Amino acid sequence: MEDQTIHLGIGNAGHIFVIISFVTSILATFAYGKAALNNELGKDSWVSFGRRVFIAHGVAVIATAVTLFLIIYFHYFEYHYAWSHSSLNLAVHYMIACFWEGQEGSFLIWTLWNALLGFVLIKTNKKWEAPVMTVFSMVQAFLTSMILGVVFFGEFKLGSSPFILLRDVIEDPRFLINPNFVPSDGTGLNPLLQNYWMVIHPPMTFLGFSLTLVPFSFCIAGLWRKDFKDWIRPALPWTIFGGVILGTAIIMGGYWAYETLNFGGYWNWDPVENAVYVPWLILIASMHTMIVFKKSETALKTSIVLVIATFILILYATFLTRSGILGNTSVHSFTDLGLSGQLLIYLLFFLIGSIALAASVWKRIPTSDKEASTYSREFWIFIGALTLCLMSFQVLVPTSFPVINKIIEFFGGLSSLAPPTNQVEFYSQWQLWFGIAIALLSGTGQFFFWKKMDKEKLKSAISFPILISLVLSAIIFTTTKIFDPIYIVILVAGVYSIVSNTYILVSLFKSKSYKLTGGSIAHIGIAMMLIGIMFSEGYSKVISVNTTKISNEFTEEQNTNNVVLFLQTKKNMGGYELLYRGEGMSAQGIPGYVKKSYLDPTPNPHYKVAIQPIIKDGKTYAQEGDTLYFRTPENTYHEIKYTSVRTGKSFTLYPRTQVNNDMGGQTLVSPDIKKQWNRDLYTFVALQHDFEDEFTDWNEKEIIKLDSIGQRFFINDYVAQYNGLEKVHAVNFIELGPNDIAIRANITVFAEEGEKYKLRPQFIIQKQNIVARPPVLNQEIASRVTLENIDPDNGSISLAIETSRTDWVILQAIEKPHINILWIGTIIMIIGFIIATRRRYSEFVKMRDKGFA
Amino acid sequence: MKKSSLIGIIVIAIAIAVIVSTSSSASSYVTFDEAYAMSETGKESTIHVVGELKKNSAGQIVGVKPSEDRLTVEFILVDDNQKEQTVFLNSPMPSDLMNSDKVVVIGGYKNDRFMADKVLLKCPSKYEETTL
Repeated sequence: MEDQTIHLGIGNAGHIFVIISFVTSILATFAYGKAALNNELGKDSWVSFGRRVFIAHGVAVIATAVTLFLIIYFHYFEYHYAWSHSSLNLAVHYMIACFWEGQEGSFLIWTLWNALLGFVLIKTNKKWEAPVMTVFSMVQAFLTSMILGVVFFGEFKLGSSPFILLRDVIEDPRFLINPNFVPSDGTGLNPLLQNYWMVIHPPMTFLGFSLTLVPFSFCIAGLWRKDFKDWIRPALPWTIFGGVILGTAIIMGGYWAYETLNFGGYWNWDPVENAVYVPWLILIASMHTMIVFKKSETALKTSIVLVIATFILILYATFLTRSGILGNTSVHSFTDLGLSGQLLIYLLFFLIGSIALAASVWKRIPTSDKEASTYSREFWIFIGALTLCLMSFQVLVPTSFPVINKIIEFFGGLSSLAPPTNQVEFYSQWQLWFGIAIALLSGTGQFFFWKKMDKEKLKSAISFPILISLVLSAIIFTTTKIFDPIYIVILVAGVYSIVSNTYILVSLFKSKSYKLTGGSIAHIGIAMMLIGIMFSEGYSKVISVNTTKISNEFTEEQNTNNVVLFLQTKKNMGGYELLYRGEGMSAQGIPGYVKKSYLDPTPNPHYKVAIQPIIKDGKTYAQEGDTLYFRTPENTYHEIKYTSVRTGKSFTLYPRTQVNNDMGGQTLVSPDIKKQWNRDLYTFVALQHDFEDEFTDWNEKEIIKLDSIGQRFFINDYVAQYNGLEKVHAVNFIELGPNDIAIRANITVFAEEGEKYKLRPQFIIQKQNIVARPPVLNQEIASRVTLENIDPDNGSISLAIETSRTDWVILQAIEKPHINILWIGTIIMIIGFIIATRRRYSEFVKMRDKGFA
Repeated sequence: MKKSSLIGIIVIAIAIAVIVSTSSSASSYVTFDEAYAMSETGKESTIHVVGELKKNSAGQIVGVKPSEDRLTVEFILVDDNQKEQTVFLNSPMPSDLMNSDKVVVIGGYKNDRFMADKVLLKCPSKYEETTL
């Protein structure tokens, strides 16, 4: 079984590539730095040297990534990374996700994006290449050092290598016996992450991280070269592009959480989510102030501060999520790979460095003395940017509690700040007001787009859209019955933003200025998102209301959020009749799910034997005795049939429970979502019944004697039939010896809906002694049956029957009205951003080709 | 007054409001005695208490009682000062309660009973495997 040759070559190659990329990044920093300093003399040779070194660096980074992927792809479990993040049973497309499950791989993907962006910048820039690439190379030096895994002076370890061998990490006697021991399988990708969003969300996030480096590098280059203004133009398209990529990545993460975790929503204000949300807001603010600067030469200093802050906050986010400092406060668990010191140095280096640089030239940065008029577009955009900053600040402060605690402890104090107990409510009450402000500003700001405005002109321009939005909002809140004053305000603000931006959009279309439409489209998208969030969160309603029993201990509201569904027993809930029809598993090659009661286990959890033919829609997929393959045996799906009381139409949901061995055997619950045009119906199983647990009461054993084939009897009130005895040759896939005997009784149980279940209790004799009478559990009929005895004289058998309460699940169902407005808004926002990116990029290209950049 | 100074004042005011609201909403990690004292004085109603489930001498978890309909559960938590406290949780038993290392209960005393609104479990993590 076990492959005993180990592939040392590929890991050594990978390690060498990392070292090359580290060394070349330092060299490139030096060369490009020289070029940037020696502005005139000898500049060209340093630039071309730096360029060549950086390209070598990029190639080495690509080679490192390819090497790591090959190790995962070929299942080289002698490598710790492959062993701990992958396994033979993993689907090929999830092998990509293995790549970034570990910290080393995620640093690598970040480094890779930076290298590729570096190539693009080298290709597209002339004047800025040397200083910008100096900053880029410096960042690459820090990042590649994270995966270097080199020990200096026998003690100080720099980075954690993804190419480390398993035997160098894990102590196991098998390595002492045979150093070339290779485990036959890996421990696998965390099943929670086996989701298509996890293939695309992490690289998107890291592309977003990388994109913040571009404006930061231009800004630093501008400060360094004392070219305080010109950097904005090349940096702006990248800022907008970073905004859309990071924004999309954040929403994808939320969508993954919505589909996979059971906290009942897409956003939980978890520190890990907040850590990226904060820099994204600042990035969007910086984008706006940069636009202001391009228009009116004001807000330059603000832009510089915000661009630097965005990048530093990205580094801070990395530090928060990867140093283990979040500890108790996050549902995400991150282990410290010993990189926290290195991460802190990375953060402090760029924090102190950029502040020092900005401070040294601060007085020389040109400012505009004239104050922006209240009737100018710039003024309102600037206020919008300030609002975004405050919005971000409000999230940053509580998210930083663990850091504040640590700092106070460091100075000898004691601090036990914990996050607010109801964090969703706490953040929302602030964020929604900021959201309203953003909607109002983004609606109004657009009216200053064209010409110089004054009070009168503004009044006439704005009154019509205001009127329309008031009428529209009134129609919406009367038809959807929104009476909460705060929600009415959100609705009015959102509708106003949509109306006024559409108004502008229409006039842009009329004048055929399609290129300029990005801003209004993005703002329409954002306003739709706000309205979608208001409906889906504000009017999110638990419909699994339990009216049968209210305990005295609790308030009514607390006690009624879950319902118990007993197997095959109908129950009404929220306009539906619910029917729990049992537990199933997903088998390879069989559509839908296979009932657990149709399957016998084997020693390998990935394989199970069908004990009766498996038929779906008239087609037979497996015969009795066939072995079926289960790629993800840790997942159980609970079949819940919903039938609308009103229309009689029905659909079935399959909420999932997962026994996750990568998380200490926790049971993780994932919802199933019924998507309707005007709402999502979100259903999850809060608790499933485990017949094996200590809380299950079994009735006393009942002994039934059966003496003729075809005899009928009762098991837990179900009719059962005895079909005789049969000799078996293997027990649990273990062959029996020549003198061993194993016999099983074949019993058929007739259950609801014409369903038949087979029970096959066994009686095993080895060396003339009874060795085992394992009971057979069938959860569909809540019974355990043991073949107690066989009478050799007359062939009669005794069965011991234990029965329990019917199988049940505890279900929670939540309605999320109009959530589709949020998703549609997201797509519209993305389109707007892309149009804006194109516009700013072509502006840059035009100026560059004239020789200005 | 100049417009920019006015804006500055507004920004600072909002920032201060944010900090004040944050510090007043911030919870803290306390022991059961402190939590009880807080509820007596009416100071704070919801807090975090960190503890472990009560175990007998054989190391088995004792005192976990799901209600008859399984919709609620009560269990005994031992805090850092070794004080035992029965905690009522008003939702179905978290399926991993029985194999969790540490339990964080978020809630407070109501009529001398500790009512948990939420339970966070710290399960022995296998993120970084240490054995084959």
